[in-house]
Amino acid sequence: MFDPEAVKRDFPVFAANPGLVFLDSAASSQKPRAVTRAMTRYYEHDHANVHRGAYGLSVRATEAYETARGRMARFLGAEADEIVFVRNATEALNLVAYAWGLAHLNEGDEVLVSEMEHHANLVPWQLAAARTGARIKAVPLTAEGRLDLDAFEALLSERTRVFAITQMSNVLGTVNPVAELAAAARERGALVVVDGAQAAPHLPVRVRELNADFYALSGHKMLGPTGAGVLWGRREVLADLPPFLGGGSMIEEVTIERSSYAPPPQRFEAGTPAIAEAIGLGAAADYLMRLSMENVWAHDRALLEYALERLAEVPELRLYGPHGADRGGVIAFNLGRLHPHDLATALDERGVAVRTGHHCAQPLHRRLGVAATARASFYVYNTPTDVDRLVEALLEAREFFSGWL
Amino acid sequence: MSLLEELYRETIMQHAQRPHNFGPLEAPTVRVGGHNPSCGDQIELYLKVEDGRIAEARFTGHGCAISQSSASMMTDLIRGRTLAEALELHRKFKAMVVEAELPDPALGDLAALAGVAKLPARVKCATLAWNALEQAIGQVGEAS
Repeated sequence: MFDPEAVKRDFPVFAANPGLVFLDSAASSQKPRAVTRAMTRYYEHDHANVHRGAYGLSVRATEAYETARGRMARFLGAEADEIVFVRNATEALNLVAYAWGLAHLNEGDEVLVSEMEHHANLVPWQLAAARTGARIKAVPLTAEGRLDLDAFEALLSERTRVFAITQMSNVLGTVNPVAELAAAARERGALVVVDGAQAAPHLPVRVRELNADFYALSGHKMLGPTGAGVLWGRREVLADLPPFLGGGSMIEEVTIERSSYAPPPQRFEAGTPAIAEAIGLGAAADYLMRLSMENVWAHDRALLEYALERLAEVPELRLYGPHGADRGGVIAFNLGRLHPHDLATALDERGVAVRTGHHCAQPLHRRLGVAATARASFYVYNTPTDVDRLVEALLEAREFFSGWL
Repeated sequence: MSLLEELYRETIMQHAQRPHNFGPLEAPTVRVGGHNPSCGDQIELYLKVEDGRIAEARFTGHGCAISQSSASMMTDLIRGRTLAEALELHRKFKAMVVEAELPDPALGDLAALAGVAKLPARVKCATLAWNALEQAIGQVGEAS
């Protein structure tokens, strides 16, 4: 039985901030005691550098680090040697754009993205395109905020070398039919790169069923610490991928002139990694798997439906994003003519934390025809009471700014 | 009085909704863009400088009530001032919203933004136009 009130008690931040209604998990989630304790325990009991010490402590540190890798593999339905630890989804996507993109993209090739991409899945491709002469194309959105699938079919061609797509929009909450789109793209010979930063924390992910070649996630959005994320790569693709960063740990043999590289995943983990953070991320994945990702997604969906119903009570509130089962717990909105930043200050006065701005998705906001939105996003510790508090705070803000809406 | 009531007063909301000096200036001496990357607020500040004085100041862009009202009142205040006087006003405004000092009488209506000092998340909004002003004055100084 999933009880968000019980879950909430696992997160010390709520005891430290009584009355806090935290609705910004899409930016970064809070951390359960299990995560911070795993990291503290590691530092106090087991810390040494990994993969090199000829002594017990280093062996224990390596075991803890590799256990975390195994947990992330289980979390994604993958094999441990396909899990590369990186800082976050941004670094994972840059790794692919640089290591794969610079080696394979040529003049006239196309990288197909969508208009709902986070800048992290757009700017790295622009950088790779600028160096290789490739071009960026974007799948447009329908009025409801879904991908325009006819346009996708039309844009997909023999020139498409990369299809880089988010599994869930961080603004609209739209969950894209990645498996079908990826199958079509792979059929044309394109590499499929999935940005899972928003999806992986909220819904069950089996990477093999997504027909993807790469999958990127950020640990700090899924209850883990900042500084640890994962790039999953299909084993065959990783095997042929040249290194991104060079240095210690990623080599086999080094001479002054040249080096041979370690097999994946070590080939992509140059230098001492963020060991404690990776261990914390492993603990977060464990915590989520104990809740079960099916339960996490069901809770997200239930809160979203309740919120959409209650938010309809707020006059002049404009909501963005689709209605339907293909939508996660993210709600972007604007109240009348009020700038979202002013609205957020009013909500903050009532203890309700939402994010405002373009949420690192400027092309999407351009498509929506607004410079900025306010955004509420839910996670495992949010309750229907949090939704009620948001609605009350919105009604009060509307009252306060009534003469200016 | 809540922080909200302290900040969002008539003066600020009127300037935000009907900003003064809004729109581009033809043949400006200097034009500077300001940008708040965290929220996407944008401003273009245009100054016409004659004999070391700001003869005309206008702005375009979009943003929240705090950034827009600040730009509106600032462009009112600096017209007719020497560059040195404008820089001094810049210093006084920053002292008010960043250091939480009491508003200097020279800031006039801008004293309405004093409450921003209690809202660290909004300081960047209030100072957006002023940072552009400082940059613009620097560019005029370099050119002369």
